[in-house]
Amino acid sequence: MPSPRYHREIPARYRLEAGKCSDCGKVLYPARKVCPACRSQEMEKVNLSPKGTVVTSTVIHVPPDEFLNEAPYAMAVVETPEGARFMTQVVDCDPATVGPGMELDLEFRLIQKEGNSGILCYGHKGVPA
Amino acid sequence: MREVAVIGVGMTKFGELWDMSLRDLFVEAALSAIKSAGTDSIDSIYVGNMSGGQFVGQEHLGPLMADHLGLGGVPAARVESACASGGMALRSAYLEVASGMSDLVLAAGVEKMNDGADVTGVLATASDQEEEVYYGVTFPGLYAMIARAHMEKYGTTEEDLSWVSVKAHRNGAKNPHAQFRRVMSLEDVMTSSVVAEPLRLLHCSPVTDGAAAILLCPLDRASEFTDKPVKILASGAATSSLTLADRADPADLDVVELSGNRAYEMAGVTSDDIDVAEVHDCFAIAEICCCEALGFVEKGAGKDAAKNGVTDLGGKIPVNVSGGLKSKGHPVGATGIAQAVTVIEQLKGEGGEVQVEGAEIGLAQNMGGSGASSVVHIFQGV
Amino acid sequence: MPGIVGYGAFIPRNRISSEEIAQQWGKDAATIQRGLLLKEKSVPGLDEDTITISVAAGRSALARAGIDPQKVGALYIGSESHPYAVKPSGTIVLEALGLGPEIHVADFEFACKAGTESMSVALAMVEAGRVDYAMGIGADTSQGAPNDALEFSASAGGAAYVFGKEDLLAEVLHTYSYTSDTPDFWRREGEFYPRHGGRFTGEPAYFHHVMSATLGILDRSGHKPGDFKYAVFHMPNGKFPLTAAKRMGFSQEQMEQGWVVNLMGNTYSGSSPTGLASILDVADPDDLILITSFGSGAGSDSFILRATDLLPEKQDLAPKVRDMLNSPRKYLTYGQYAKLREKIIVND
Repeated sequence: MPSPRYHREIPARYRLEAGKCSDCGKVLYPARKVCPACRSQEMEKVNLSPKGTVVTSTVIHVPPDEFLNEAPYAMAVVETPEGARFMTQVVDCDPATVGPGMELDLEFRLIQKEGNSGILCYGHKGVPA
Repeated sequence: MREVAVIGVGMTKFGELWDMSLRDLFVEAALSAIKSAGTDSIDSIYVGNMSGGQFVGQEHLGPLMADHLGLGGVPAARVESACASGGMALRSAYLEVASGMSDLVLAAGVEKMNDGADVTGVLATASDQEEEVYYGVTFPGLYAMIARAHMEKYGTTEEDLSWVSVKAHRNGAKNPHAQFRRVMSLEDVMTSSVVAEPLRLLHCSPVTDGAAAILLCPLDRASEFTDKPVKILASGAATSSLTLADRADPADLDVVELSGNRAYEMAGVTSDDIDVAEVHDCFAIAEICCCEALGFVEKGAGKDAAKNGVTDLGGKIPVNVSGGLKSKGHPVGATGIAQAVTVIEQLKGEGGEVQVEGAEIGLAQNMGGSGASSVVHIFQGV
Repeated sequence: MPGIVGYGAFIPRNRISSEEIAQQWGKDAATIQRGLLLKEKSVPGLDEDTITISVAAGRSALARAGIDPQKVGALYIGSESHPYAVKPSGTIVLEALGLGPEIHVADFEFACKAGTESMSVALAMVEAGRVDYAMGIGADTSQGAPNDALEFSASAGGAAYVFGKEDLLAEVLHTYSYTSDTPDFWRREGEFYPRHGGRFTGEPAYFHHVMSATLGILDRSGHKPGDFKYAVFHMPNGKFPLTAAKRMGFSQEQMEQGWVVNLMGNTYSGSSPTGLASILDVADPDDLILITSFGSGAGSDSFILRATDLLPEKQDLAPKVRDMLNSPRKYLTYGQYAKLREKIIVND
């Protein structure tokens, strides 16, 4: 992943910085300019708690090339206590045990590498609470 | 707006076509459509294509294809909406004719997927790069999560998914254009390798090369070109969030419902009036969700539709008589046009072994991403 | 002198047993376990490295410190497995911890001593009045060559310490360092695995430096081994620290709580700092604690600390070392281990 594209995502990926609509209260991760629920442009910054609950999940057996050695791995749509939803991997457990309702802690992990000589790309993954 | 008719269709064989390039595929399908209308005058061209740039390194398809059709000088541009690129190209062509700007407009979809590109990676660009692909998701993975959500909400089972594939292959076996013309048993499907739980290989559409084309003109000129014009009653399109996580309910393809309702309203028909439908079954779960979203069955009843024959030939609403994306193949940019070609042939009574008797009104629904874009066209035989 | 206001540790959840490694290479597991006193070791996942371990430990340290991260004016990370050869680990860690950008950051390397080195410099920055708070981290995903004695010990983990002047959990009473050029263990630029001088790593390297530093700090502080409730020495294997302790007059009882190596392995820069974290997890007010690190090349840093009244209420604010050691999630086969440690050559 080219460095400039990676660099601008750092606040969201490293610190779980999100946006909260000042008008309707919807929490958006990552933050956006316009609220998709009410179109308000009044946003405040919030930090997500490093935990969440699985909404839906799968176990990827045929992965993209970058994740070849990690398969099979679980992926889930996770909802944080603030109501933000996002997609991530769930690790440090048997992937078959990941399913709706599972409680997670979010830990800082290496997500992917830009080949053998490129940058290392970090973010958060779920681990069973 | 003027009424618009289809006056010619064309389609290549779908499959792993090692001897044909992106332009070869396009030219064959387009020439076939033009020839079937008996004209050599084209006013404008729309090329439906998801990612020539990534699959074969070729962008700027409008002039390339116009030139190779011997139509240099004609306005031409590519239309992109991921796997709904074909349907959106048809919509663009329809609007240009309906508006009165042009008379003879070609909509052709094409994709060359088997040319050595990392197909999983290219397809994944239709989902959110920063929020989904970054973390390692694949397209089967996204639809697998939709399937899990549907299972959780409605009790859908892996067997329910598998019946969709069995039906698709039963129909596709009779389609001379299909990539996989063979019948698959329930056991074949349920013992195929796991791609993304709960989806197995035979719940997934294949990687396909192919092209399809449709020639449109104003309905009042259609008789100049064909004895059997088919009228476009409606075009409905919609969008939803690119990210699955931002959908209100991941078990529900809201974009399909929205695009379907817009098309029904424009056509002045309801789901009960549809005699035959091609829906976007890129994965078995997608057909189940699309049938629910289009109102062919109640929400939650989609899981039983294939098993109980509701969507089979002779059923209440035959769905994907072509074999669908599953058996016919899914050259992503061509799919939306190919679906329309199947419906148009049905309405002309040219459906061959899978003809739905007395079909008068048909629907084609084409979807992009994990349900981020959808376009529905409703056709009627004249 | 200033002291510790927050601490935290992190140990990856995969384990491999000494028995599994011994079996792979046709060695006798019982002999290894008796000789090195190693039962199992932690193994990082493909998604864990010095940076992710530092962030996890650092978050726990900040949770226990309960301070505004923006007040941390210096961050040092000691490791011999920084993921980048050129580009700091510290910049990634500071962003993830919400520190900076008005902060001094450096990555340190001194074989297994880099962790206490970062703690020592962090402490000095606070003591000098240059910053209000400073964080020092020792973390590693250590490499041991296949079929080398190091493979039984080289493991993954780390600990982070926030130093400050007020609200201390433990005061630092004395520090002392002892260093000489002793090439007992090294890894040249571009080499994948470290090499070592076999038995030369023992007496002239480990024992000479650990004992010189420990005896030096005892001499300067006027303390005797019996004054301490707990002591921890760098743990390259199970046996060395216990042997050094015995020679200097420390008892098994003083060593036990910080001696985490039999379950954790040698986390290199994270080794003695994690042992110290394990001690802080249980220490009572006024307990005296001694820590001596060792890094090949070679040198040792010693610290004498005294737990304060504030420590007990901070202990439960983050995961404890023994809890992490006692709750492994997966035992690996050698094949799985080789894959996770990227010892298998695969196509790009």
